[in-house]
Amino acid sequence: MYWLRRGWAELRNEVFVLPSRTLVLVWALALLALPAVYGDAYVLRILTMTCIFAIFAASWDLLAGYTGQVNFGHALFFGAGAYTSALLSLKLGLSPWLTIWAGAAVALLFGFLAGYLCLRLRGSYLSLATLAFPLIALGILFAFPDFSGGELGISGLRRLVVTPTGNYYIAVISMLAVVFGLWLLADSKFGIVLHAIRDDEVAARASGINTLRYKLAVFALAGAAAGFAGALFAHYLRVAGPSTLEVSLSFQVVIWGIFGGVATIYGPVAAVFLLYPLTEWLGSFRAFGELRLLIFAIIVLLVLLFMPRGLTPWVRDKIETQCPRCKQRNGSWKSVCRLCGASLQAQVPGAERLVGHQ
Amino acid sequence: MYALLAIGFSLIFGVARIVNIAHTAFYMLAAYCFYTLLAKTGLGFLLSGLIAVGGVTAFSVLCYRLVIEPVREHEAAVLIATIALALIFQELMLFTFGGHFLGIPSTLEGAVRLLGVSIPYQRLLILAVAAAMLIIVWYVLYRTRLGLAIRATANDLEVANLMGMNVHRVAMATVALSVSLAAVAGVVVAPVFVVDPFMWLAPLVTMLAIVVLGGLGSLKGSLIGALIIGYVEAITVFAVPAGAYLKGAVALLIMVVVLLARPEGLFGVAFEEER
Repeated sequence: MYWLRRGWAELRNEVFVLPSRTLVLVWALALLALPAVYGDAYVLRILTMTCIFAIFAASWDLLAGYTGQVNFGHALFFGAGAYTSALLSLKLGLSPWLTIWAGAAVALLFGFLAGYLCLRLRGSYLSLATLAFPLIALGILFAFPDFSGGELGISGLRRLVVTPTGNYYIAVISMLAVVFGLWLLADSKFGIVLHAIRDDEVAARASGINTLRYKLAVFALAGAAAGFAGALFAHYLRVAGPSTLEVSLSFQVVIWGIFGGVATIYGPVAAVFLLYPLTEWLGSFRAFGELRLLIFAIIVLLVLLFMPRGLTPWVRDKIETQCPRCKQRNGSWKSVCRLCGASLQAQVPGAERLVGHQ
Repeated sequence: MYALLAIGFSLIFGVARIVNIAHTAFYMLAAYCFYTLLAKTGLGFLLSGLIAVGGVTAFSVLCYRLVIEPVREHEAAVLIATIALALIFQELMLFTFGGHFLGIPSTLEGAVRLLGVSIPYQRLLILAVAAAMLIIVWYVLYRTRLGLAIRATANDLEVANLMGMNVHRVAMATVALSVSLAAVAGVVVAPVFVVDPFMWLAPLVTMLAIVVLGGLGSLKGSLIGALIIGYVEAITVFAVPAGAYLKGAVALLIMVVVLLARPEGLFGVAFEEER
């Protein structure tokens, strides 16, 4: 009874006070409850794919948004996870439950390697060099078609479980676990160091932070998360093909990340949940089928023209305000800060104009 | 041909700090434009080529004003704006012309025999046009006031602005110059390659490899990078089994190796730490 009351109090004081947190809670609960309410196999399939790509996008954000290592070749990790898991389970006959972890581990190694190679590069050079990695991997795969299946990829994999609902729950639960894990990590001291590295690496190093070690760790972590998503993807679709390494997938994740708002973790996830079902839905109309990429690109372009910082920061600024004194966030309907009691409205005439001018 | 693309990309990055993913999409647009003018209206090669280059250049300036300039301050937004632009072009071309390959008749028929190897006139034309464009770009950059302004802006945007240059207009001139290079490349190679809506993707990667290899923002670097990458691709295809698959991989591998040894590329200038 005590724990129940305690939990309710936590919920009321920490979650319901902010509209953004309430939204996240509602979204997570809705995802978990969906199959019980509406079990259409097509919808479940789209949402499963969405969850897998959400893990992928969140891992890109940790690397690119927080640490500033804008990776144009994130598909490398996705493909590494997919191919490793597929090869192990098909050639050695291991259970997919084991090989998914092996895929994530190999992707972690790849992340470490890519990070090591990229330590000396920065800015655009880094982006363009990372763009090369998945293409090199793709060339090698095509050169050994007996081993990799060439253009067709490796097909005939076993699924983790047979039912669509089971697969859906696996994707949703692993997505929630990984995304909240990354969010916690990004909110911790570790995340603050990453912010520091992005904003000013020299200053971070001068403050006694071993930036090289942090960068390597982030590359490895992001690689592992992306590889995990790749392995899930391979076993869900039962095929690991060259499409997991393509440039378009790398670009896709960049679009999701920036569209949702970088350095937030939840931004790219929200972007995937909006954009991926949208493209699928548009594709389901015959007339729109050919135009869906066009519509997708136009929507992205228009949203960016109006919200250049991305979607979620814009929405968040609409529904919440920041307390000028203690920097805590408040619902936009409040007139006084919920923690320190400072007034949230400008009281000096003309002050709004001044604030807006900055 | 790659050199033309690479120099254009390198210019636009150096001056306007725009990583222009849509650069090769303009090259594709020019090829299509050329094809349409040639096949539908029956204009001569020279005239339709000139119209294609001019039209695409004007269009690029329009795109820059409408799409890129409003989000200039957010580098990330500029990046995906250009990706989105490239996708839009690709889909529009797919929609209007369909996905199949279109062939264009050669501008010049016949071939010349040189040391026992026959070289089609078309290839010679590409070589000549590329050389002419390189000389023009060199002249514009190093012998005119506009070139001086472009180089100054590339060097230090804020100081150039303080010295009374209209930085926005310089950026726009650079966009026009670089896209016209891409358009010329598109027009002259269209008869050699086939034209299809996805033709921008493969040169994009090679172009990025060249630019990074040679050093961002360096004319000489782009030229030498293009030569290196071009020869390496040709050699891999002939010398290594399954080389056709590996040609991109080997070219990119060379780029990565060079970057590891010299992070700013062969001829690049190390950018000052921006704070």
